[in-house]
Amino acid sequence: MTSILEVNSPSKNYQTTVAVDNVSFNIKKGQCFGMLGPNGAGKTTAIEIMEGITQPTSGKVLYKGKALGQLFRTQCGIQFQHTALQEFLTVRETLRLFAGLYPESSDLTTLIKRCNLESFLDSDNRKLSGGQRQRMLLAIALINNPEIVFLDEPTTGLDPQARHNFWDLIKDILSQGTTIILTTHYMEEAAELCDEIIIMDHGRIIAHGAPTELLQQHFSEHIVRIPENEFSIAQIKELQQLHPNLNKNTQLQHSLYQKDSWIEISTTDVNQIMKYLLNEGVDLSFLQIRQHNLEDLFLELTGRELRV
Amino acid sequence: MKRFLAILHARNLEFIRDRAALSWGLIFPTALMMGFALLFSNGAQERYKVGVAGELNHPFLQSQYIKFIPVEDLEKAIIKVERHQLDLLIASEQLRYWVNSSSPAGYITEQLLKASGGKRLTANEVSGKEIRYIDWLIPGVLGMNMMFSALFGVGFVIVRYRKNGVLKRLRGTPLSATEFLMAQIFSRLLLIIFVSVIVYIGCDLILDFSMYGSYINLFLVFTIGSLAMISLGLLIASRLKSDELAAGLTNAISIPMMLLSEVWFSLEGSPQWILFISNLLPLTHVVDASRAIMLDGAGIIDVGHHILTMLIMMLVFLFVGVKMFRWE
Repeated sequence: MTSILEVNSPSKNYQTTVAVDNVSFNIKKGQCFGMLGPNGAGKTTAIEIMEGITQPTSGKVLYKGKALGQLFRTQCGIQFQHTALQEFLTVRETLRLFAGLYPESSDLTTLIKRCNLESFLDSDNRKLSGGQRQRMLLAIALINNPEIVFLDEPTTGLDPQARHNFWDLIKDILSQGTTIILTTHYMEEAAELCDEIIIMDHGRIIAHGAPTELLQQHFSEHIVRIPENEFSIAQIKELQQLHPNLNKNTQLQHSLYQKDSWIEISTTDVNQIMKYLLNEGVDLSFLQIRQHNLEDLFLELTGRELRV
Repeated sequence: MKRFLAILHARNLEFIRDRAALSWGLIFPTALMMGFALLFSNGAQERYKVGVAGELNHPFLQSQYIKFIPVEDLEKAIIKVERHQLDLLIASEQLRYWVNSSSPAGYITEQLLKASGGKRLTANEVSGKEIRYIDWLIPGVLGMNMMFSALFGVGFVIVRYRKNGVLKRLRGTPLSATEFLMAQIFSRLLLIIFVSVIVYIGCDLILDFSMYGSYINLFLVFTIGSLAMISLGLLIASRLKSDELAAGLTNAISIPMMLLSEVWFSLEGSPQWILFISNLLPLTHVVDASRAIMLDGAGIIDVGHHILTMLIMMLVFLFVGVKMFRWE
């Protein structure tokens, strides 16, 4: 697959802070590329450099091998994290306005249907619900039949129904061969949609690859979860003391942590853990076993402390 | 052109639907004018004014309660009689006097002249409507309304657009800064013309003010003046992101402009430096030119220097404004 967008080590400095620090990657045509990271990691600055909205202090971004110019402007679609639209306009009029800004625009009837805008087409665009607003902003981002679409946290603040509905829309767009670049806080979203992701922190890329590859690279363990109240305090202490090896005779690696009134044991050998727990007489009725997911990876790479 | 029209259309819809702002734009100047008309409706002259051209030796000059004003340009003075600015005009060499047949003060001063004895002077009757303060005020208030609409309507809206991210969103499209700004200018120009015409017609119906010149010339002066003022608004808004700062700056420009552009009172006899500053303000030229057209029936050549000055101001403001413009 050929690269549609080449990000050649742009950096962005704001007085004393470095928002984006020399990040490089290529985005292949037709893929969904995810950018993850905690608040303030530099995702929005990075995506805005890629959109040509923010000028990098150094480095450059190439679209189809050329600097971002009028060709890029006519072929890209953008949904910003915070967008205000002209006031006193209805959804239909807003769509017409944006359609008028491009040499060619997609058929509005099809677009309206595709983004489910029919029911609120004549509403003032200030009176839309969160989900309706995001669908309209997506429709605007798609109005020029773009080859590449940038979505900056498109589902933040949406309820689960609206989020799943939005994912279906994005999958539909991807199925047409459109390239999508997406920033998100939701690991589930990245896992559901993205072919390739980067995880950013402090303006740098700290992990880059396909989600499954990254998980294999970083985790070979499963997680065994049991409600905290199934253990006595003594048992928890004992489990902690056994750390890092449950049994001194085995090389079994495990780690244990308490999370939301659950005990989570991360292990490469589920069978050994089960035996140990049965021996200890722990009730396994509510036991859950799961694989590591992107959220675990994210927390492992970026730490658990709260970001301000 | 397609992009320009798309933005123009959207902006016009925004204006028309923003009922509060639109009705304020119409009601405020009309109410202001009505208020002044009421205030000055009983403004009786304290003294009679008689213009005297040349040296005159006549017992009439001894009359009390009459202000005798020396006159140099007889033709201009005759116009003043027509406009009721002089009650009587005497030309000593020709032994003639002019009086306005529709002026009560003219009639009284004429009777005083006849009763004073002395040389007999030949009467010349002129006619013409009185120029009231309100007639003088109309071009000023129309101009002032236009200035506020231009500075706040364009400058403020662009700063608000920049602050809330509308500009950022538009920047993500092929729209150029020039296309965007031109659409803002023309949209505001259309609105100003629309509001000015309505206010003009509305006030004329009620106050029946004087208009001696050509409507086409007046329209031209107002259009070019609006463009100069909108361009100034654009210049103010070219970079600001804070609406508080934009409000402060716009007020700092518009209030002195209102006071120094002869909207409310004439600056005749003011110090040179005040006149100099006044001449640097676009509103001065709008008000002077439109007053000359409306009250003196001035032609396009008479107000040519005002039009030229406004055009130069417009080009300078526009050039610097577009150069300085930032989407963010």
